[in-house]
Amino acid sequence: MALAFLVVAPAVLGLVALAFRNVRIGLAILLGAAAAHLLTVASLWTGAATSDPDALLRIDVTGLIFLSVTSLLFLAASLYTVPYLLQGTHDTQAAPRRFVPCLLWFLSAMTLVTATQNLALMWAAVEGTTLASAPLVYFYKRRGALEATWKYLLLCSVGIALALLGTFFLGIAASGNAGNGAGLTLSTMMHAAPSMSRPWLKAAFVLALVGYGTKMGLAPLHTWLPDTHSQAPSPVSALLSGALLNCAFLAILRFYQVCVASGDFAFAQTLLVLLGFVSMGVACAFLIGQGDYKRLFAYSSIENMGIMAIGVGLGGAASYGALLHAVNHSLCKAGLFFLAGNVLRAFGTTSTREVRGVLQRLPVTGVLLTALFLAIGGVPPFGPFWSEFLIFQAAINGSHPWLGLLFIALLAVAFLGMAGVLFPMLQGTPAGQETRSREPALSVLTPLAMACGALVLGIFIPPFLSEALARAASALGG
Amino acid sequence: MTGYADFLLLLVAALSLAIVATSRLASCVRASAMQGVALSLLPLALWGGALDRHLVPVVLMSLGALSVKAVVIPILLSRAIREANVRREVEPFISLHFSVLVAAALVGFSFWLATVLVLPRPAPSTLLVPVAFATLLVGFLVLVSRRQAVTQVVGYLMLENGVFIFGQTLVDEIPFAVELGILLDLLVGVFVMGIAIYHISREFDHIDTEQLSALKD
Repeated sequence: MALAFLVVAPAVLGLVALAFRNVRIGLAILLGAAAAHLLTVASLWTGAATSDPDALLRIDVTGLIFLSVTSLLFLAASLYTVPYLLQGTHDTQAAPRRFVPCLLWFLSAMTLVTATQNLALMWAAVEGTTLASAPLVYFYKRRGALEATWKYLLLCSVGIALALLGTFFLGIAASGNAGNGAGLTLSTMMHAAPSMSRPWLKAAFVLALVGYGTKMGLAPLHTWLPDTHSQAPSPVSALLSGALLNCAFLAILRFYQVCVASGDFAFAQTLLVLLGFVSMGVACAFLIGQGDYKRLFAYSSIENMGIMAIGVGLGGAASYGALLHAVNHSLCKAGLFFLAGNVLRAFGTTSTREVRGVLQRLPVTGVLLTALFLAIGGVPPFGPFWSEFLIFQAAINGSHPWLGLLFIALLAVAFLGMAGVLFPMLQGTPAGQETRSREPALSVLTPLAMACGALVLGIFIPPFLSEALARAASALGG
Repeated sequence: MTGYADFLLLLVAALSLAIVATSRLASCVRASAMQGVALSLLPLALWGGALDRHLVPVVLMSLGALSVKAVVIPILLSRAIREANVRREVEPFISLHFSVLVAAALVGFSFWLATVLVLPRPAPSTLLVPVAFATLLVGFLVLVSRRQAVTQVVGYLMLENGVFIFGQTLVDEIPFAVELGILLDLLVGVFVMGIAIYHISREFDHIDTEQLSALKD
């Protein structure tokens, strides 16, 4: 019941919000929905999953972790949206009326991705996230935003069509066992996995990896991501990077779980590690000397998706690290995109070369930007340090220790690349007369909360979370 | 009943080649609509013999596919063509004649591929797998070789059609509600793409996606 509420309520409220032209009413609906969503998700942590494994809506521990991150980020993004919409943005052509409904539909679709075990329904939900978020990317009716929206729609839809083919292939692979007719649920597939037809299973995983990997932003399928994440309004960028990429990652994990259950998953591990390193490498190349700070954060997301893919591919303790890193990355990246929105509002440009003196002009934003950059860069005591360390350790102790060295080297390059772009922006003196801009409370409190979260995860992981992560990791063969 | 099914599948493959062979956008959309008609009849032809078992879902699925793939989407695309005021494909990346040759080669490759990837459970028609691969691959060809936004959407539709044909081997496994969800996604997807095309044509005075290249590093 709670799951159905989580999926249906935002969708219905989205329709309700469509009827109101008043921005304040829309925002009230948005905040109410976000708060209710988070409370309901929190209540799921107390209840045990008892429902029948083939039900359309059913959540397991992996899904619950990703759903919780999504819900938390959505509330933060909703709070950030309040000053964003009310206090005028840098572009007056923006139409706030579509904004709230699309955000709510987006939430509904992301919830469905995490809350179903039916792989075909999960596919429909992932495609739904693309469709609900495309109008959000095109919020500012500029040429750049239009181009980004088109690339996003077409590339992700095509990618996802391949993922549907992969889903069908998985069903075909299982169809050798006398017609079970139980449907494409994860439990059925994992049960059937050991006797699946291997060529179809492998083809299914490759197609799912390519399809959902496009959506997750794994290089070389990432080309739409920097455009889309940089052109979208900042709260939407935060959700795209922090929540949506995780949903695509979860979809890949589902297929990986079936491969693990089949006992024949070395090829899947190799592919994940390979794509992971390619993603890190490509991201590093574009992080260095990046001329647009929103693109900088987008490339950093590609790098972090690579880290997560490597973690899962290495298996063992690294699976735990990869899941923990998904949580860490979401918190840091959402915070960074919120801050990018603050910088954009004050300076009116996304060019890294024109922005100078953020610390002086926006002191709170500047300090938080420094902190969150250090966090995502893997500096202790923030959370990402530990998740990256776990993955590094597994790589060094694994059969190919040089992968660990490559991993560390790429992390160092990414860190230095980002530092080289961000520190000149933070320091110096701002051009123009205005030396100090206003910072609305909610626009700095939300990234502050994200930074605190990343700090807490670096010092102390609450037992309920570490236990959930360990259970989710063991489902991935970790 | 496989006689009808084989006929429909061959029709689907022929229409794929017809889409590649034409440069007029309106003909492209019309051929794609006809492909939609053939596809929506396919579940009836394949499972007609066992209708007592599948009657309601199969008939509803056919009706759903017919209304989405053969009626609503072609109308949306025709409107996009009218609003954008474009008639022809502009200088495809691969010349028209050559792309027909490539498409024919892809169809041949699909038949070979179907002999390698054998279905664990025999398909209801031997043409099912090769035609599904062929539709997919030719759809990809259209996607990468054409520049007009509308043609790219047609390519995406062909891709989806190929996946739809594969789905026919799994009627027992996929719940009806999920099948409807997949169709709904397709419908909303093309609707949103249609809106995007409308805005692109207003903003840029063309829908040549090759010229959408301002964003880069």
